[in-house]
Amino acid sequence: MNKRILALALLLAMGTGLSAQVTEKPGFGKYALVGATIHTVTDGTIENGTVLVNGETIEFVGANGQVPAGYQRLDLTGKHIWPGMIDAGTVLGLMEVDAVPVTVDSDELGDFNPHMRAFTAINPAAVAIPVNRVEGVTTVISQPGSGIISGMATLIDLFGYSPDSMAVVADAALVLQFPTKGRRFGGFFFFGPPQTEEQIEEAYRNRIKSLNEYIAKARFYDGMMDAYEAAPAGKRRPDRDPAMEAMRPVVDGTIPVMIQVDREPDIIAALDWIKTQEGLRFILSGVSEGWRVADRIAAAGVPVVTGPVIGMPTRDYDVYSRPYENAGLMAKAGVMVALRTDDSENVRNLPFNAGMAVANGMTHADALKAVTINPATMFGAADRLGSVSVGKQANLVVTNGDLFETMTQVEHVFIRGRKIPLVSRHEELWREYRDRDATTN
Amino acid sequence: MNKYLLLTFALAAGSVAAQPTGSVLVRNATVITVTDGTLEDTDILVVNGKIAGIGRDLPARAGVQEIDATGKFVLPGIIDAHSHLALASVNDASSPVTGEMDMRDVVDAEDIGMYRALAGGVTAIHSMHGSANVIGARGATLKLHYGQPAEVLLMPNAPRTIKFALGENPTRVHGQGSGVQPRTRMGVEQVIRAEFDGARDYRRARTAYLEAQRAWERNRRRGPAPEPVAIDGRKEVMADILEGKILVHCHSYRADEILMLMRVFNEYGVKNYTFQHANEAFKVAPELARNGANASVFADWWAYKFEVYYSTSYNAAILNRYGVNTSINSDSEDYIRHLNHQAAKVVRYGGASQEDALRMITINPAIQLGIGDRTGSITVGKDADFAIWNAHPLSIYAMAEMTFVDGVKRFDRAADRADQRLRVNPTDSFTPGTFATEHGRHEDACMEGVFELFATETHSHE
Repeated sequence: MNKRILALALLLAMGTGLSAQVTEKPGFGKYALVGATIHTVTDGTIENGTVLVNGETIEFVGANGQVPAGYQRLDLTGKHIWPGMIDAGTVLGLMEVDAVPVTVDSDELGDFNPHMRAFTAINPAAVAIPVNRVEGVTTVISQPGSGIISGMATLIDLFGYSPDSMAVVADAALVLQFPTKGRRFGGFFFFGPPQTEEQIEEAYRNRIKSLNEYIAKARFYDGMMDAYEAAPAGKRRPDRDPAMEAMRPVVDGTIPVMIQVDREPDIIAALDWIKTQEGLRFILSGVSEGWRVADRIAAAGVPVVTGPVIGMPTRDYDVYSRPYENAGLMAKAGVMVALRTDDSENVRNLPFNAGMAVANGMTHADALKAVTINPATMFGAADRLGSVSVGKQANLVVTNGDLFETMTQVEHVFIRGRKIPLVSRHEELWREYRDRDATTN
Repeated sequence: MNKYLLLTFALAAGSVAAQPTGSVLVRNATVITVTDGTLEDTDILVVNGKIAGIGRDLPARAGVQEIDATGKFVLPGIIDAHSHLALASVNDASSPVTGEMDMRDVVDAEDIGMYRALAGGVTAIHSMHGSANVIGARGATLKLHYGQPAEVLLMPNAPRTIKFALGENPTRVHGQGSGVQPRTRMGVEQVIRAEFDGARDYRRARTAYLEAQRAWERNRRRGPAPEPVAIDGRKEVMADILEGKILVHCHSYRADEILMLMRVFNEYGVKNYTFQHANEAFKVAPELARNGANASVFADWWAYKFEVYYSTSYNAAILNRYGVNTSINSDSEDYIRHLNHQAAKVVRYGGASQEDALRMITINPAIQLGIGDRTGSITVGKDADFAIWNAHPLSIYAMAEMTFVDGVKRFDRAADRADQRLRVNPTDSFTPGTFATEHGRHEDACMEGVFELFATETHSHE
């Protein structure tokens, strides 16, 4: 009896403790964002403009300041409105603490895992999600990273209580770790003896061969299923294979293949290999040495996800600024470029990566596209994301200055029309400890 | 002959290499002195490596090159209080205590990383032992005279420093990896206390012996000679820490372990120390301030391991509010190249002033290394360590154009060659682009050289 009362009291105490921590709910409804400079990305810049948000959607964008009745007005004179930024390569939501393996869900076992879906393992309650969205990154590609075919990357908005409600494109790209001709580690004793050139070449050939066979098998499976589905009458249904099922929208070109590739010889090999794979769509990702072969990439017409811009030169003898210049040099050559941080907890550094690219030759306009409309286009979401345009999802960032400047403050974030409270663990710790009672130590 | 052997001989011979110095007159810059405000249209005269004059329209000097810096910004050379650049090895994880070792013995003068750091406006670094051991080796304070031999890189008369490490790394390496204490944060405390107690006893005994020996010598060696107390290199270092002759830089993350070390230090009288990383320092900022402790932190790194899960990018801003002398460090060959951007994050997260943010990469780390009277600000009489930037250094668009160390131009963007290596190592792989990219901070840089210990480790016990 006493125990029960105690337990009840405990429960109540816990309940009140928790309720004090419940995060402020986002606002939702009709908003009029008035007076800001609107960086539409696809339709130029509008000074002293108005954006109307109705529900999840952008309803109006223009210079006309008329605000209909029923809209909550935000006076944004002197502020800037940008599309929510899209990070085109992260593991956000798949990883909580990198060094604690049980919290890392990005790398499944096995070489061929097209049926492994990042979408499945996205943790909507990951602590890093609010930490990053309050800095203006509203959408990310979160991607698996093991084996040869790692699985499906997912394009998610950084707000929601389930992967289903966060997903913009649940299966946005098939991630392929392109077989490399390089040594990953230069023969340190603990990784075994250094490989010979012949061994490297052989390993490369074997991996390419198994990849080609896998895709050939998938094409066969797709054809077989297509034939059956077109005329099932009187036929036995072929055995279903989940991995092969996952390959069907890939081999018919619906879902693009995102090839992870960095080194110059590997990029060249990947571009050659792409030519042998008719009907499939491709994106290159990583592409650290893309500047060396920018013209070839442009000629192939393959879009590129690259980053982090803030990274090390790939070769000891490269000039220090190459990684900063890489994205800009590819864009200049005519490649469609999107940026990524390749990060999880610090995806919020995306704008600074863009800024660093601008400081090293990329135009501001190209860099802005690389974090908005370009990734939206690559991943099949250009009708919903990537610009401040009527009819698109209201993913918006309001700042007091240049989006890419470190010292700029993010003042409002909208994701699918939800006005996101600018609250995160980092900000909560700031509020708790900036004026800590110093007598209770 | 091996370059380290050469260095050893050079030091043994007592030869001290002359410090390179230069003279230059920088014209019409916006000079961010850091300690004395920002001066528009100002000249800086450097004579023989020292700042000799700051002002408008300084008279030209015969033989001194002039640089027109109109529209440019001059910032004191950035100082990184936490680096592992220019070291031939980083961790010796053979024991939880390796204070007898010295990173100054393993300086690698050919590390291209130094050139890349110069390109980010850095002029001095604190290259430390890793964090595998509770008490690691002593550190090396280097001026980035890239192209000069190791003995020239070592900043003359810089105070000695030593690396301590608390928390996950030493308990993982020694307790979990090798089955020796410490396995816990309890054990870490006792490793330190045992060393300090042993050092105190040792110094007392050794000092008494030396005095007795001198008295015996004075007494013409009459009577039995005093029983010798052998010199012990490790205990000498520990005793010097207790006597304030070596500055402690302690790798730490959690608030509890930071409090633990301050408790121990107060008991043994150790002062003037710096917590490195210190992701949870913000939780004990009043205690740090009360003890006069320094903090050298990241701008925004967190969640790469469990002990940094409860971190905040507002750490530096909170420490700054409480008056803790705080620096922003890199612990990275990558981030050392743009510490100015990292400093700008202290303005973004928590609204520190731009002046305070810039102090965190210049004078504050200099103070933490005990060289604040010689570098870290644009001040007459100080070493001429500075960089010329093409925009305000807290802007994401700012790039360093020239970097001067002791008045010598060590980086010039306009004269930059594609290949800035000093020497091509014939044992390097010739495969183009042999690399393993590791972005962000996914592993502890300070665990470099340790992970081979775990190459065969299984995770079955986790």
